[in-house]
Amino acid sequence: MHKPVRLDHRVISGLIIRGSSVLDLGCGNGDLLELLVKDKDVRAQGIEINEQAIYSCVAKGLNVFHGDIDSGLSEYRDKSFDYVILNQSLQQVKNIEAVLLDALRVGRKVIVGIPNFAYYRARLQLFFGGRAPVTKSLPYTWYETPNLRSLSIYDFIDYCRKKQIKIEKSVYLSDKRRVFIFPNVFAVIGILVIS
Amino acid sequence: MIKENNIGLVKTEFFSFDELKLESGQVFGPITLAYETYGELNKDKSNAILILHALSGDAHAAGLHEGEKKPGWWDEMIGPGKAFDTDKYFIICSNVLGGCRGSTGPSSINPKTNRPYALDFPIISIGDMVTCQKHFIDYLGIDKLLSVVGGSMGGMQVLSWMVKFPNKIKSAIPIATTLKHSPQQIAFDEVGRQAIMADPHWKSGNYYDSLHPAKGLAVARMIGHITYMSDESMAEKFGRQKKNGAEPFKFTADFEVEGYLRYRGDNFVKRFDANSYLYITKAMDNFDASQNRPFSEVIEGKKIKILVIAFKSDWLYPAYQSKDIVRACKHAGIEASFCEVASTYGHDAFLLETREETHLISYFLKKVI
Repeated sequence: MHKPVRLDHRVISGLIIRGSSVLDLGCGNGDLLELLVKDKDVRAQGIEINEQAIYSCVAKGLNVFHGDIDSGLSEYRDKSFDYVILNQSLQQVKNIEAVLLDALRVGRKVIVGIPNFAYYRARLQLFFGGRAPVTKSLPYTWYETPNLRSLSIYDFIDYCRKKQIKIEKSVYLSDKRRVFIFPNVFAVIGILVIS
Repeated sequence: MIKENNIGLVKTEFFSFDELKLESGQVFGPITLAYETYGELNKDKSNAILILHALSGDAHAAGLHEGEKKPGWWDEMIGPGKAFDTDKYFIICSNVLGGCRGSTGPSSINPKTNRPYALDFPIISIGDMVTCQKHFIDYLGIDKLLSVVGGSMGGMQVLSWMVKFPNKIKSAIPIATTLKHSPQQIAFDEVGRQAIMADPHWKSGNYYDSLHPAKGLAVARMIGHITYMSDESMAEKFGRQKKNGAEPFKFTADFEVEGYLRYRGDNFVKRFDANSYLYITKAMDNFDASQNRPFSEVIEGKKIKILVIAFKSDWLYPAYQSKDIVRACKHAGIEASFCEVASTYGHDAFLLETREETHLISYFLKKVI
C-alpha cells in the first residue's frame, strides 16, 4: 500500500518543470524527492541532518548528503540547480539571510514552504488559550520544537519585499485544500516560488 | 532462523606480470598479486566489484581458508544476501603491491640476487597499487568495474581509481578515508616507522635470514591500534580493569588494555613484514588523490556514482576529511551520497559497523547499472 501523497508535495511537484535539477534542503526521509523523481523525472540531490532519515533516502535510491543546511550550500557554484527547495525547513535554519541568499545563488528558483504562525487556529489558541499554539503545520510543543523561528505568511512576504526578492508565485494551503482568501488567516502552509 | 550466507572454503590465487612503470619513473618487475574472488563473473562481465584493503589487510576478505576458524577480514559484508551479494556480484580482492601476504613486496625474492629485496625494493605509491590492480582487471577481461570500495587505505585506492581510471569504474565507495594525510596522520605513521627502525634487529632492513625486528613492529602495531579505537570504545572494552595475575610495580601488563595491545602487537608480527609496514605507510603519507590540483577539478564531468561513508568517533580519519570529498562533489556538480554514521568504535568502525554499511551499500549498488 502506498501512503497518500502529501498535499504540499503535490503542489510543489506541480510547480516544477519536468527533467529539471532539484536540491532539497532538509529533505527528511526523501518523500518529496522520491515523488519528484517519479513524477517529474528530476535530477535530485538532498541534504539532511538526521542520520535515520539518510538511511530512508538511500533506501529510496536518492542521492543525499548528511549535513546541516547552514553549511550545506557554500561549495555549490552559481545556478547549480534549477530549483532549490526549502520545504518546512527554513524556520529551523540559524542564519536565514545567508541560507536564503545562497539558495538564490545556487538555484535558478527557490521554493520555500513555511508553516503559518498566524493561522486562525493558532491565533485562537494564543488569544483564548493563552498558550503557544500547536497546529497541523506547527505540531510541536514549545519544549520540543526544532523550529527556531515563528513566522507568518505576511512576515515572509514583508521580508522578501525588504530584501528585494521577487515572489514569482504563491500557493496557500489549509489542511486539505488550497486557500484563496485571507491566506494569512486561513492557510496552514504557504508555498512561495522566489527568485 | 540462521541464514546460510557464508561463502565457505576459499583459496588465495596468484597473478603475475612482467613489469610496471612506477609513478616514480622506475620500471619494476616481475610483479605478482595475491587475490581471491567470490561469486561468479556474469557473461558480459558487468558485475565485478573490486574490494580494496587497508594497511594491514590482505586478499583474504571473506570465507574460510582450509583448516582455519577465522574468516576473511570483511566476511560480514561479503556473501550470499550480504552487502556485496555473491549471488549477484563478482567480488575481487587483491593484496597490494608492497605487501607481504602473497603480493610482491620487500620480503619477496629479488630474481636478480635471489635474496629478499629488503630496502632495494622501490618506493611505491597508492597509485602504483591501483595500476597493478588495473593490470589484473584487464587480464580478467573486465572493461568496467561496477564498483570500487574500501576503507582507510582502501579508500585512498578508491580515490586513486577515480582519478587514474575514471572510465573503468561505474561507482566508488570511499569509506573512513582522506584525499591526503594530515600532519597528525603522518606523525602517527612516523612513530610506527621509528619504532621499527629503532629495533636493533631491523639492521637497515636486512633481517630476513636472522631475527626479525619483532618488538619494533609490535610497538608500531600497538600505536596503530590506539589510533583505530576511540576513548569511548576503549573505556567500554577495557575500563580500568586489571589483568589476572598481574604483578604490581614490575611493569608487566597490569591493565586489560595493556594486555590487549601487547597481544595485538605480538600477533601482528606473525603475519606482517616490518619492511612492508615502512613502505606502505610511506605510500599512504605521500598520497595526494589529485596531486595538488583540486579534487573537484579532477572528477568534474566524470560519470561515477559516489557514496562516501564516515564515522563520528573516528579521530584518525575524522569525518571532516570525508566531507572534503563531499565538498569536491558539490563543487564539481556531481550528485552523490554521504553518511556520517554515529558509531563509537573510532576508525575500526569501518570493519565493525556492518549493519549500517550493509544498508547504505546494498541500496546504493542497486542503482548502479
